[in-house]
Amino acid sequence: MLTMRFFRMIEGRGLVFLGIIALVALLVPFCNLYLAPGNPFHVSNGTVVLLGKYLCYAMFAVALDLVWGYCGILSLGHGAFFALGGYAMGMYLMRQIGTRGVYAHPVLPDFMVFLNYKELPLTWWGFQHFPYAMLMVVLVPGLLAFVFGWLAFRSRVTGVYLSIMTQALTYALWLSFFRNDMGFGGNNGLTDFKDILGHNVQAQGTRAGLFIITCIALALTFIIARMIVASTYGKVLVAIRDGESRTRFLGYRVEHHKLLVWVVSAMMAGVAGALYVPQVGIINPSEFHPANSIEAVVWVALGGRGTLVGAALGAVVVNWLKTVFTTGWLAPYWLFALGGLFVLVTLAMPKGLIGVWEDIRARLANRKAIADAKASGGGSPVARSPDPQVPR
Amino acid sequence: MSAVTQSILYLDGVSVSFDGFKALRSLSLTLQPGEMRAIIGPNGAGKTTMMDVITGKTKADEGDVLFDKGSIDLSRFDEAAIAELGIGRKFQKPTVFESHSVADNVLLALKGDRSPFSALFGARNRIATETIDRYLGIVHLLDHRARLAGALSHGQKQWLEIAMLLAQDPKLLLIDEPVAGMTDAETDVTAELLKDIARDHSVVVVEHDMGFVRALGCRVTCLHEGSVLAEGSIDAVAGNERVIEVYLGR
Ligand SMILES: Nc1ncnc2c1ncn2[C@@H]1O[C@H](COP(=O)(O)OP(=O)(O)OP(=O)(O)O)[C@@H](O)[C@H]1O
Ligand SMILES: [Mg+2]
Repeated sequence: MLTMRFFRMIEGRGLVFLGIIALVALLVPFCNLYLAPGNPFHVSNGTVVLLGKYLCYAMFAVALDLVWGYCGILSLGHGAFFALGGYAMGMYLMRQIGTRGVYAHPVLPDFMVFLNYKELPLTWWGFQHFPYAMLMVVLVPGLLAFVFGWLAFRSRVTGVYLSIMTQALTYALWLSFFRNDMGFGGNNGLTDFKDILGHNVQAQGTRAGLFIITCIALALTFIIARMIVASTYGKVLVAIRDGESRTRFLGYRVEHHKLLVWVVSAMMAGVAGALYVPQVGIINPSEFHPANSIEAVVWVALGGRGTLVGAALGAVVVNWLKTVFTTGWLAPYWLFALGGLFVLVTLAMPKGLIGVWEDIRARLANRKAIADAKASGGGSPVARSPDPQVPR
Repeated sequence: MSAVTQSILYLDGVSVSFDGFKALRSLSLTLQPGEMRAIIGPNGAGKTTMMDVITGKTKADEGDVLFDKGSIDLSRFDEAAIAELGIGRKFQKPTVFESHSVADNVLLALKGDRSPFSALFGARNRIATETIDRYLGIVHLLDHRARLAGALSHGQKQWLEIAMLLAQDPKLLLIDEPVAGMTDAETDVTAELLKDIARDHSVVVVEHDMGFVRALGCRVTCLHEGSVLAEGSIDAVAGNERVIEVYLGR
């Protein structure tokens, strides 16, 4: 009964998605750890890190799709929440280094010693404790989103103006985190991590573990997002997206509804950032760069806005292309490729990859229906031109 | 003062101007509980603006806008709060949620807790199909419940919006041009529907279709340039010299 309800909520597409994640979570670490490097199915350490990175981006894209695809809030600054989550994790990892740093200071990270800090700034207190750091991973992005959203939604800033404000938010953070006196490592950011919960972050086993945890986190993020959009609350969000003022006249406090999804999305982005940092081994201010947030919007648009699965797919596909393009002789053309991709999507496939897939399926189903009608000899086949039914 | 304390809706001396243009000039109008009132008047007379003022979309520059026996000053509330007080509205241009199914449109409109948490985990997820179907039945859209609202015809969208209005169970219904774009047959059905609704609701209907207004058989107010030009029975208003001059034509 409960499982049936769960399946219905997740939808067929979502079940396929969860199935793929489960498969990847099992196969990738297995092929990395237990198959010899000579084996054709061996997955290299570098590939594990790369795939883990893609999955963090996929999680981030799901979070972005929740606010943009379903509630119409085009955030051009969502990277800020991702980066803040990343910094919270980075601070935990820095404090684990302890005396193993270059300056061997028991409390202060190297960059603080270098900058003549005498004691640990207040902002860093408690980060040696993993649970506290994990709390901050969701609380800091959540709190920033709450304050920003409360001000913006209450004064009814929408559309382009809101997008510009989100962009300004991440831009301001980008500039601040560059400054040494912010106390977050300035330009260089946080790096040279040693362990996470007592395990060496560089070790093959730790990496495989982080990969599996990322898969689980992505699956959970997706399930939570699906629960939100499948509930009546999700329907209110779509109503706001399509007719904000109409929704108000029905008695809904639009600002409260927007605020909730906005904060949840920011927290999801924070978790994605936190998982990203130990895998790539560094977090620096470039993660706040406005271009990152814009790129994430391209992933969602390419995969299919308002589908969740599409957002994740778009993130993986674009980043895979990026890896291909930026590592070979194609490197100088990456930005052109990205721009071209965006133009292609907006002109040729407004519903993204998922939309293309669905068109193909509908066409095949239609052809089959015609063939069946012919086979049964039932006169002239009527091509089914269904009234658009609501996707369940 | 008794006019106020007996009214469901009381407008007195309401003025609104947009960049110096006076859309409403000292408009006064009183509606009794349970009354149905038709509002007519030429384009730009301020009929829609009057509804905007009542529902909180536009703030009046001056004048009183009182609801429920004068006990509530509507100018102090925003759109969502006014809707919660029990004033529902159908817009001039039909505005349904096009990417939702017909049934979901009614679901969202249904009276009840409107907090995000109710919609996420609470009562709004446990609304019975029969409740929704009751409203769809009233407007003859039962067979269309699973269709996307965007795929409905113009007239059907108008009906869906009326169903949404009923689902809110408001005390006062403001209905802006319900039969615009409807066939004659649909118009007749709508007139019957509104008369039915008016049995237990207070209703204000704005309409240009004089045949329809006559079919409603209620008091009529004619607006012109932001204030009341004439008020009374349909025959009295339709026979009024000034009304003929500015609106009905000779
Ligand atoms: N938001 C606004 N800004 C500027 N002018 C407005 C605004 N809303 C209405 N007006 C003007 O106020 C006047 C009254 O408009 P209103 O829509 O109330 O007329 P109406 O009686 O509903 O007309 P119709 O029968 O065409 O619907 C019009 O001249 C209109 O242009
Ligand atoms: Mg009007």
